[in-house]
Formats: sequence, structure tokens, C-alpha cells
Amino acid sequence: MTDMSMSPMNQMGKPILRREDQRFLTGNGQYTDDIHLQRETAGVFLRSPHAHARIKSIKLEAAQKSPGVIAIFTGQDLADAKVNGLPCGWLINNKDGTPMKEPAHPCLAQGKVRHVGDQVALIVAETQWQARDAAELIEVDYEVLTAVVDTAGANSATTLVHDDVPGNLCYDWGHGDKAATEAAFAKAAHVTKLSFVNNRLIPNAMEPRAAIASYTKHDDSYTLHVANQNPHVERLLMCAFVLGLPESKVRVIAPDVGGGFGSKIFLYAEDVALVWASKRVGRPIKWTAERSESFLTDAHGRDHVSTAEMAMDANGKFLALRVSTTANMGAYLSTFASAVPTILYATLLAGQYATPAIYVEVKAVFTNTAPVDAYRGAGRPEATYLVERIVEQCAREMKIDPVEIRRRNFIKTFPYATPVGLTYDVGDYDATLTKVLKLADVAGYPARKAASAKNGKLRGLGYSCYIEACGIAPSNIAGALGARAGLFEAGEVRVHPTGTVTIFTGSHSHGQGHETTFAQVVASKLGIPIENVEIVHGDTGRVLFGMGTYGSRSLAVGGTAIVKAVDKVIAKGKKIAAHLLEAADTDIVFENGEFKVAGTDKKVPFAQVSLTAYVPHNYPLDKLEPGLNENAFYDPANFTFPAGSYVCEVEVDPATGVTEVCAFSAVDDFGNIVNPMIVEGQVHGGIAQGLGQALLESCIYDKETGQLLTGSYMDYAMPRADDLPSFKVDNCVTPCSHNPLGVKGCGEAGAIGAPPALINAITDALGVRDLEMPATRERVWRAAQARA
Amino acid sequence: MYAFEYQNPSTAAAAIGSAKGDARFLAGGQSLVQAMKLRLSQTGTLVDLSGIAELKGISVAGSNVIIGAMTRHSEVARSAEVKQAIPALADLAGGIGDQMVRNQGTLGGSIANADPAACYPAAILGLGATIKASVGQKERAITGDSFFTGLFETTLAPGELITSVEFPVPDCAAYVKFKQPASRFALVGVFVAKFGSTVRVAVTGAKSSVFRATDIEAALSKSFTPEAAAAVKVSANGMNGDMHGSAEYRAAMVSVMAGRAVARALG
Amino acid sequence: MTVSVTLTVNGKAASASVDPRMLLVHLLRDQLQLTGTHVGCDTAQCGACTIHLNGRAVKACSMLAVQANGANVTTIEGLTGKGDKMHPMQEAFRDCHGLQCGFCTPGMVMSACQLLADNPKPTEAEIRAGLEGNICRCTGYHNIVKAVQQAAAQA
Repeated sequence: MTDMSMSPMNQMGKPILRREDQRFLTGNGQYTDDIHLQRETAGVFLRSPHAHARIKSIKLEAAQKSPGVIAIFTGQDLADAKVNGLPCGWLINNKDGTPMKEPAHPCLAQGKVRHVGDQVALIVAETQWQARDAAELIEVDYEVLTAVVDTAGANSATTLVHDDVPGNLCYDWGHGDKAATEAAFAKAAHVTKLSFVNNRLIPNAMEPRAAIASYTKHDDSYTLHVANQNPHVERLLMCAFVLGLPESKVRVIAPDVGGGFGSKIFLYAEDVALVWASKRVGRPIKWTAERSESFLTDAHGRDHVSTAEMAMDANGKFLALRVSTTANMGAYLSTFASAVPTILYATLLAGQYATPAIYVEVKAVFTNTAPVDAYRGAGRPEATYLVERIVEQCAREMKIDPVEIRRRNFIKTFPYATPVGLTYDVGDYDATLTKVLKLADVAGYPARKAASAKNGKLRGLGYSCYIEACGIAPSNIAGALGARAGLFEAGEVRVHPTGTVTIFTGSHSHGQGHETTFAQVVASKLGIPIENVEIVHGDTGRVLFGMGTYGSRSLAVGGTAIVKAVDKVIAKGKKIAAHLLEAADTDIVFENGEFKVAGTDKKVPFAQVSLTAYVPHNYPLDKLEPGLNENAFYDPANFTFPAGSYVCEVEVDPATGVTEVCAFSAVDDFGNIVNPMIVEGQVHGGIAQGLGQALLESCIYDKETGQLLTGSYMDYAMPRADDLPSFKVDNCVTPCSHNPLGVKGCGEAGAIGAPPALINAITDALGVRDLEMPATRERVWRAAQARA
Repeated sequence: MYAFEYQNPSTAAAAIGSAKGDARFLAGGQSLVQAMKLRLSQTGTLVDLSGIAELKGISVAGSNVIIGAMTRHSEVARSAEVKQAIPALADLAGGIGDQMVRNQGTLGGSIANADPAACYPAAILGLGATIKASVGQKERAITGDSFFTGLFETTLAPGELITSVEFPVPDCAAYVKFKQPASRFALVGVFVAKFGSTVRVAVTGAKSSVFRATDIEAALSKSFTPEAAAAVKVSANGMNGDMHGSAEYRAAMVSVMAGRAVARALG
Repeated sequence: MTVSVTLTVNGKAASASVDPRMLLVHLLRDQLQLTGTHVGCDTAQCGACTIHLNGRAVKACSMLAVQANGANVTTIEGLTGKGDKMHPMQEAFRDCHGLQCGFCTPGMVMSACQLLADNPKPTEAEIRAGLEGNICRCTGYHNIVKAVQQAAAQA
């Protein structure tokens, strides 16, 4: 890699203000619903009011005659047209080697509806009001069936969500060395056991899902504008598995997207139905979810029920961890649902600790609830919550300081192969923990606790030392583990004749600031002003390919693909420069935006080389193609492993159960950092979502009827400004060993590390073993009353 | 939203005249527009009251503060007269919803809607306010104690328009709102007011409709102290119970918030 | 059955013929092409649609277009001055990284302006309480609070 540290154009490590902000701050962002296509129609989905019902009949006559109605489509229409159901992108095998159950996931319900909000019909009309009026005239005769709602009880329920899935069991999976784990438990001096519910969440990106599908007759092609995190994956899945169209006939554009947090990774039924219908209608169809629809149909997150046991020796050294988890998949398998409680969860159960033996069993079950899939952290928050809660409890039972028990068990030498299949390349867990103790002023805590007590309040302190695995890879190993997609990323560098550059990346940006961070990297590498670098993403018609944005992978994987393409540009530029400077290729060095003959003052600037490439008059045409345009696909050799230490300090009012988060301190190790301002922002947002899970948010279905009780912001408690403190954030650096930027990823860390820190603090304040998330005021109040 | 006919009269009399059949008055619209948007409410005619000057304004007459029905929450919250006469009322208005809601929402709209978790009903009962309302040619004064009759129900007749509300000025008063964490409405809101030896305690959010906590009133009449209020064990009978708080929890919070309201009233 | 509406939007006269059930936010977005004002929920809680009506912040999803007849409306587009010069609050949001995906941002900025109009030198707690009507899912509010503090300090 070129040394860019000395370049005046070096933008690495600087808190450059975001280039995307001007448009967002002045109202010039362009989100899907902001776009209007000519002759656009309005699409509305009729949704199931029941959690589980057989559709006996659907009568459309009255609705079809309703003013403004253009067409109405049902599951039968899709079946007649041989439109397939939605695919699942990851195959998990059962303990006995048989494959998981993959029941049909029709884009419009066929025969049965399986959750409240399941789409039954698509109404296309001139206006949205007319489509809604018509939707009310559709008569669906439902035979209401018993709903399976409870995660823990789904496997033993007598009702089946899918007739072809016995016991509602998607898979029964095991991971780790069971025998070694049992043996370690047999010789343990002490075993700590805790049971957990990892509460179900609704992602709630602020922009509701939206899509506009259009069909062009002249070239028989489709265009889908959609609020999505990975347009190429959307297109691939839709073309290859559902509609049977060639990718060349489908263009997917994800314009400005108002947050995703995982929920916009997936191929949704609405997108497919709209694309298919756009040809039948012959006009563009726009659908924008109302927030109520988002609550009912966006893929939800978490929803695990687990038991964990830690075996220790007499000194609190961890000997083995045994975990049993039931994970709720919802009514259907969403795109990556099966991988979340397995590949992204079980493999993280070592945490930061050198626990020698780990065994985990995971049962995934179907229920009559919305599909559950990856949500910020995806499996890793569930793993971290379990590990960091039981570690805290181990400390309490062993009467060892919670900091000390962590230090005693930290992994200290790298690379380290965990007993759950990962190899951590680098890290320094002592360093982050030491730094956060200072940042949080843990030394001053006893005085603060005493002051709280004087005011009748209970103060608590909680720790969390998380590990995360980002940039899931390499593709061949993931494939062996069941992945049905590649895990690389693609980048293209198009150098224009004047030396300005357009970068095409498969890493979509929907808040992460790629347009700034990636430009910093490229400007620094090429030694050109950042203004000369344009970042393009989110359009399969412009970007060569991409796997998209998820799992905190964009800089580590997408950024590396760009770096590799830039390296190719520099390599070709050296050949051009060598010709211009009448020197050997091998004597050319590239520094500060100039190609130089090493050891001389002969040089040629980047822009002259690029101009020569496109005006190849004085050019080695016999040896070199004209032009300066390179692309690269990068498939990482390993995951990256961000890690960090968090400290949460709370004050509980025992009279009301109100918990105030007084302070939250985070020290993360994300490897090298390109833009510290953006990284801190990602940490802030992640912490807020993590504290939201632990303190406020909970998706609750009625246990009997399967109706969503938290179906709006009236009942689903989103964190607001006055629920949170300002955060103290700092970092340590151990550069990632296997990508050229030395970066690891920062997008999910806060959401992973924060929940156990908060619950450890509240249980510390209350002096109780456990408290279920979210720590609602009534739960805390009851615990405080029981204590008093 | 379902279709409707829109009218925007410029006098109260014209508004009352327009309110025929299933017509609804549109005040600030912070609840009604939402309900219509979600197709939970339907009306043939919507009579917009925002252009009626006589329904707006704040005045002090003797020992009463008189507030026009179409006065916005933010106007009450910022009113020098209200802050001077009944600071608790300005404080309550300044805590309804959020600043955008307060800039649109109105006193009359709030009490006519009679949301069981709204703040203003606690002030109506807590201060023993009088509601002026008109239907046809008839104007009447309704006592605060008789105004709210149940869940989203009042004693207002169909087509009857609230014109203003008179709030008696207490010796001291305070409102404490314990917010439901999602909606930010009152999970429990307690308004305490002291008039000489009489104490009124009104509770919103806890039952299907705002009510007076007579046992706390009795305790406070003997001893107007936070401890006296907090010591009353309120029965959970009839209390709302949901995911945000069981009946038992709400009952307990009534005592706690009453105690805090007294502390605040005493300054 | 339409009603004609005349109003001033960002200093310019605008008129439209609307169905009475049209919300103000849809008049702005769909008829006047001012798409900076967003719709993030259907229960009037997210605040993404916040605009100024006669100088006061309101939620454009909570009122009918006809209710704005004769009113003076300012949207996020109108906060920007001549030559794309951003308002100090917009500048502060950029300087402090007070936005990520940008979807809640216009409403947040309009709301923050109202907050400072009513309380020019707020404490952190007052800023946090004042923004309770605006939900942001990206920033954790930390940098939004900083931005409002910066704008207050510069005013």
C-alpha cells in the first residue's frame, strides 16, 4: 500500500464534515417517496387482520368497480403466473444433518394468512385514497385459526403455522464440542446459571419502506426504486429465485434511504408484487408504507429465549459455557433469518474470553408473527447480552470484582482460535477496559453512589466487554456453512481525463457517510483533492455489482475493494508515466499525486497521466490499452473483530422505578479510523439503540390473538432525546491484520455492547440477579419494592 | 382519510348552525385529524373553528381565569396572566404533547375529546373549572365535576360547542405528569389545588376517565403535606392496566405523584 | 369537491385546489414539490413533518391543507437563504454531525429553531426535553444536542 501519511492530500483520520449533509439539511435529499414517475399509480396492500386464518374466499367484484381502481391482484394471480415465493439466503442443517424446513413464503397470501399484516391483495388505483377505499370493499372470508405466538411454546404447540413443518420447528442446530463441554462441567468448582429473554424489537428506520416499480415496453425492462440497503442482492434474489427474469432486464435503484439497521437488507414480498404487477398494469406503481404497516411487516429483530450456564474453577476461571436457545423466526423465513441465531450468534459466544469449551443448541421456531431477521448487530447483541450478563453474575456469585473476573479470563494472545469456530486476528481487551475505567471515573463511583443514597436513590454500575465479528467472510467458508450468496464486495474507479474520479461502490450508504469516508480514502491514496472524488452507490444500472451494506462491513470490505481498484489504477498509471518519463515501470513511484522516477526530480502529475490515458497520442499503444478505469472484487480472508468495553451508570428511583442513565462511557477498538467524527456518530447511534432495547423498546403480541399490541409510537417506546444522556466515547487501536486499511467496522458496536451494560447496572443498583429487558419502570419498581 | 365536506365559519353562531347530523368540530386537530387519517373516525361535515376570533383569548376576571376554547396550549403556557394567576395551569399546558402539538392543540379540543390520559381534564377537575358551551341558541355553564362522563365521553350534546372555560384561582396548585414512555401522554397525572381549607385532587391517565381522588383530598385537608398524600394507599380497583403499567402500579403512582404535586405546590 | 387554498410558502404565494381531506404535508410534498418535509409516522409522533406555520412549529401531518389557508408557511427549503447559504441551525447540524440518514433532519431542524426562539439559551436538559416531539433513530441525539448548543451559542 502506498504510504499516504505524508501527503498534503492525506485525509485519513480527519473529522471531515460530511459531503452528503448539504442536501439533507436543505431538504434536497431524494428518498423513494420523493420521486414521482410519469403516469404513476398508487399501490395499496390489503393485509390480514388475523394472525392465523384460512382464506376461504376472496370476493373482488365490488372493489374492482370502485372509482379509480385499475387492477387488483391476489395470491392466485401470482400462482397462476408461476411467481415463486421468497427465498431464504442461508441453509442451516439440523444436528442430524438434515436440512432446515423452508416453507413457502408467497408474495401474496395463498390459502392461509400467517401473521397480522400478511399481504392478501395488491390494489392499484389512480390515487391512494381510491386504492384504500377499494381495499375496504374486498370481502375476504377467513376461517380464523388458533395463533402460535409464544417463542418458548411454539415447538410444543398443537397448532402448526405451516402444515408441512412439524412442531413448528425450522431447525434444531448444535455447535461446539459437546463432550468437552460436559466434561468441563463435571469438574467445575462452581456453575452459574441464568435464563434470558432477548426482547423482540422493531427496527423503525425513520423512513418507512417504499417502492416504485415501473415497466418499459420498448426494451421489456423493469426499474424498481426501493428503500433498500443492497440493491444488487435485491435484484439477484428477485430475478433468480422469484420472477425468473434476467438481471439485465431489471434495474434496482436505492436512492437516498432513511436508515436501515438491517430492516432494508431483505427482499420483501411487496417489492416483488409491485415489480410483477407493473408490467400487468403498464404504468408505474408507487407504494409507501404507512408507519403502521412498517410495524406489522418490517422484519423484526432479536426474540430469543435462552438458558446459559458457566462452569468455573475455584478462582473464577471459565471452564465451559453451555447455552440453549430458542429463536423465533416469525411466520416465514426472511432473507437471512436462519443465519442470525446460528452463524452470527453461536460463533460469538466466546466473547473476549478464553473459555476452553463451549456448546450451544439452537432451536428455530415458526410463529404467527412478522418475520424476524437481522437488526443492528444481528445475533451478536444476543450473544453479547448472554455472555456479559452471565459473566457479571459469575463475578457476583464468586465474589470477585466484575472487572477482575473479566481480566482474569481475557484472551491475551493473538491470533486466537475460539472453540466456536472463529479466529480473532488482533485485539487488546485489557487496553480498552483500562481506558474505559478512567473515562467513566469508576474511581469516583463510590462517592456518587453515596450521594444518590442520600437522596433516596439507588445507584448502579454495569460493565460490558463485547466482541463483534464484521465483514463476514470468506465466501467459500461461508458457503460451506450454508450461505447461498457471496460475501465479497465490488468497487470501480473511473478516472476521468482531467483527473477527477468517480467511484462506484456496492456499499450503499443510508446514514453511514460513505460519500465522505470513501472519498477520504480515495483522495488520500491518489493525492488529489477530495472535491475531485465522487462516490456513486445504490444503482444496479451504474454500479457493477455489490453485496450491499450490512454487518458493519462497508469500509472493511467495500472500502478494501475500492483500495484494490485504486491500486490497479496506480499500477497502470505507473506504466503510462514510465512511457512519458522515458523510464522503466519499476523505477516509477507514486507519491503525493505525482508519478516520479525514483531518485530523480523527473515527475508527472496524476492528471497528466489520466489525460494521456484518454488522449493517447504519446502512449505505448502496443503494450497498453488506453483509458484509466479499473474495478476490483474483494473477498476477505477473515472476519474483522471490533471489540470494546462499556460502562453504564444508572440511578434508580425506587418510588417510581424510573431509571436514569446518568453516564455511558464507551471505548472501542475499531482498528484504524478514517473519519473519527463519523465513527463517534455511529457509536452514539448504536448505544442509543442498545439502551432503547434494554430500557424502553419491546415488540409485544397478544398471546392469544397474535395481534400486535405495540403497533405504533403510541405504544412502542422509541428512545427520545430526554431518555438518554450525552455519551463519553473514546477508542484504542489494534489495526486489523488482513485488510490494507487496517479497519474493522463500527456500525453495530453500540447496539451490541450497550444492553448488558445497562442491565448489569440496574441489577447492581437493585441487588437482584436478573431483570428482564426492557427494564420498564414497573419491572424496576417491583424489584425495588421486593428489595425494600 | 374518508371524504367529507369542509366548512370554516367565522362566528360561533355560524359554527353551531353548521353542525348538523354527524358533523364534527375541528379545533386544533391534534387528535381528530389523527383519527381521521387512520380511518378510525369519519364525518360528513367538518366544521373548522380556527377562524372564529371570539373563541380565542385569555382574560382574568376577579378570581377566575377565563380561557377561550380555541386558545392553543402554547398560548396558555406562555401567558403572563396565567403564569401569574395559576402557574400550575401554565405549567400543565406547557407539558402537553410536544412543542408542535402545543402550537396547534387547543383547550376546547382537548376537553371535548376527553382522552382518558390527557392533561387538561386534570385541571378541569382539579381546579373545579366551569365549562361554557352553546348549542342552538342556548348557552350553559357545566361544572367541571359533571363534564366528563366516561372514556372519550362528556356531557356535551351533539352539536354543542365549548366556547370558554373559567378556572378559579387557587391558593396554590401543581400538576405532576408521569409520562407513558411511548405516547408521552400521562400514565398518571395528578393535579392538586388548595382553596382555603378545601383541597381538590384530580387524577388523569389512571382510569377510563379523569377522577377526583377523594381519599387523598381528605388526607390533604387535614395535613397539606407531601407525606400525607404519599401515605394514602390508593385502591387499584377500576384502574387501567396495560403493558405500560398494571392497575396496581398505576394506583401506587397516584399516591407518589400526589405527594410530588403537593411538594411542588408548596414550592 | 375541492376547496381552493391560498397561502405563502417560503415567501412565495402559492395556491392549489385540494380535496379537503388532503393533509398539509401532502400539499407541500406532492403539489408544491417541497419534498424536504417528510412523513415518518401516522400517529403524529415522529416530528419529521415539522414546518413553521405563521412562525410557530407545527406538524404538517396533523393538519389539513385547508387549515393553512391564508397562512405563512416555512419549510426546510425556505430556511436556506439566498445563494444556498444555510441557516445557522443547519450549519450547526453539519458542523456537529447532527444527522446521519437525513430523514428526520428537516423536522428536527425546524423544531430546534422553534426551541431556540422560545428559549434562546437552553440547558442541555431543556434541549432534550424540547426535542421530545422529534424521533431520530440514527444519532442517539448526542450530536443533535451539540448542534442546538452551538446554534444557541452563536445566536
